[in-house]
Amino acid sequence: MLQVAAAKQLGAFRLDVRFQLPTPGVVALFGPSGCGKSATVNIIAGLLAADRGRVVLDDSVLLDTQQHIDVAAERRRIGYVFQDARLFPHLSVAANLDYALRRAVGRAYVSLDAAVDLLDLGALMHRRTHQLSGGERQRVAIGRALLSQPRLLLLDEPLASLDRERREEVLPYLESLRDQLAIPMVYVSHQFDEVLRLATHIVLMQSGTVVAQGGIGVMSLDRHLRSIIGPDAVGAIIDGVVLGQDPASGMTRVRVGQGELKVQTPAMTPGTTLRVQLLARDIIVSTQMPQHLSVRNNLRGAVTAITDDDGNSDLISIDIGGAQIMARITKSATRELALEPGTPAWALVKSVSLRGHSFHVGPPTSGGSPNA
Amino acid sequence: MMWLSPSESEALSLSLSVATRSVAFSLPPAVLAAWILTRRRFVGRTLLDALVHLPLVLPPVAVGYVLLLLFGSRGLIGSWLDRVFGIELIFTRNGAALATAVMSFPLMVRAIRISLENIDRGLEEAARTLGAGAADRFATVTLPLLLPGLLAGAITAFSAALGEFGAVITFVSNIPGETRTLPLALYSALQEPGGEYAAARLAALSLVLGLGGLLLSEWFARRVRRILGR
Repeated sequence: MLQVAAAKQLGAFRLDVRFQLPTPGVVALFGPSGCGKSATVNIIAGLLAADRGRVVLDDSVLLDTQQHIDVAAERRRIGYVFQDARLFPHLSVAANLDYALRRAVGRAYVSLDAAVDLLDLGALMHRRTHQLSGGERQRVAIGRALLSQPRLLLLDEPLASLDRERREEVLPYLESLRDQLAIPMVYVSHQFDEVLRLATHIVLMQSGTVVAQGGIGVMSLDRHLRSIIGPDAVGAIIDGVVLGQDPASGMTRVRVGQGELKVQTPAMTPGTTLRVQLLARDIIVSTQMPQHLSVRNNLRGAVTAITDDDGNSDLISIDIGGAQIMARITKSATRELALEPGTPAWALVKSVSLRGHSFHVGPPTSGGSPNA
Repeated sequence: MMWLSPSESEALSLSLSVATRSVAFSLPPAVLAAWILTRRRFVGRTLLDALVHLPLVLPPVAVGYVLLLLFGSRGLIGSWLDRVFGIELIFTRNGAALATAVMSFPLMVRAIRISLENIDRGLEEAARTLGAGAADRFATVTLPLLLPGLLAGAITAFSAALGEFGAVITFVSNIPGETRTLPLALYSALQEPGGEYAAARLAALSLVLGLGGLLLSEWFARRVRRILGR
């Protein structure tokens, strides 16, 4: 468990945050630029002094201003991947990695070979840092941070300085980091697609404070998220469980709530966790069992809430048995279908709308509802 | 060196020896002063900055005179050094080195300071998160990155030390074989009737040395920049 509470006055800007993350897990500090995300991770790292604060990682207190505890940054055993990589320019890639390895204390859980394998650094080892591309620099930076054998890894917008293509090149490495090493991570980003692919928890920040926090499933339904990511990106995020391949269509069958979705993915072993994002704008609501439609997926459930979205449309929350989804429909549709809490409803999802919105997020989670 | 007369080669080797000692004396305090001036914020910082730069604006003779007052055999520091360590500075080549060190100190501090200001503090932070303490960070990150500035500063200070005249002659006088460096030998040659030829040779020698130093410094700076990929 990582517990963070910190207050800091930075000129006219006031930072006052409080959140926690069950470990291992990946918490995304998400919010617009300048909302205090970087200041928050710097306080966790010990690089920025908080006016008041308390940072506890598992059972060790790293900062407690009331009790005058402030462990020096170099002794916190927290890895940090900076936006600008910050590789040592006077050292080769191998020497950069070695720098971390030689200063590591505590239980070693990442060997040099493992880090080189995981991040594909083999071909880069003898290069000088200025001969690396942006994506390669970040991979080396991640490897270096890992080799210090940290108890927590902070990543401050590690992909922000990369173009789209390079981002796609680095993202899979971050995913395998999460899936193969059970290291807790705090991931700062203002790109929701990164959060969607990596995070297990979201801490939503706005102008120096935390406006909402929780598991990614619950947070995907949070109304605060809409103002940051925009209405078109609003939609439930559900970690489904792969049931197997559908022999007729070759699509992957995924259980979400009590329902089932067919998603086009490469073949996956049953039991794998597949995260799907069901965009509210892509979902059709029916009050009758749909027939004679091309839609491949229909999820049966009941309306739980109707909230005004933007004056012309409503967001309909539907419980599909252990998971919530949201659909955006016009207000006239709400009226004509006479939707109200308790109305039985079918949510229709086109399989093609799930292309690019489903992500492998690792082996099955043990127990717990998929929305939690 | 067969094309130099004995007195010329004596002046040359003495100059090199004095300049080397001068750089060796001033390098550690210059690093310290540059570090304090760039990294620390404290009351009196401006005063320290001014003090460091003082030799640039004072007449060298005045610097030599102050050194004489402080480090002379009856001076506050001079008498103490003599009593405790048996070190005599006045009329010796170490005294000449001290005088040149003081004169070239501002140049050295400037070069190191520019280099220090250009070091990305983020790299030191990165080292911190990897578990490096303050001394470790300085030795493994700051110092290697400071090396170009350090060497540029040392070479410039060395070249300037070769040419220092006023402070040296005031503090340690003009003793052949002990304190008569190139510029002092040049001055002495000009004082003698018919010494123009000797003076011209010494001037040419100084020119070659100075130019060589500057070129070496530039060559080195380029090389380091290439290594660091800037």
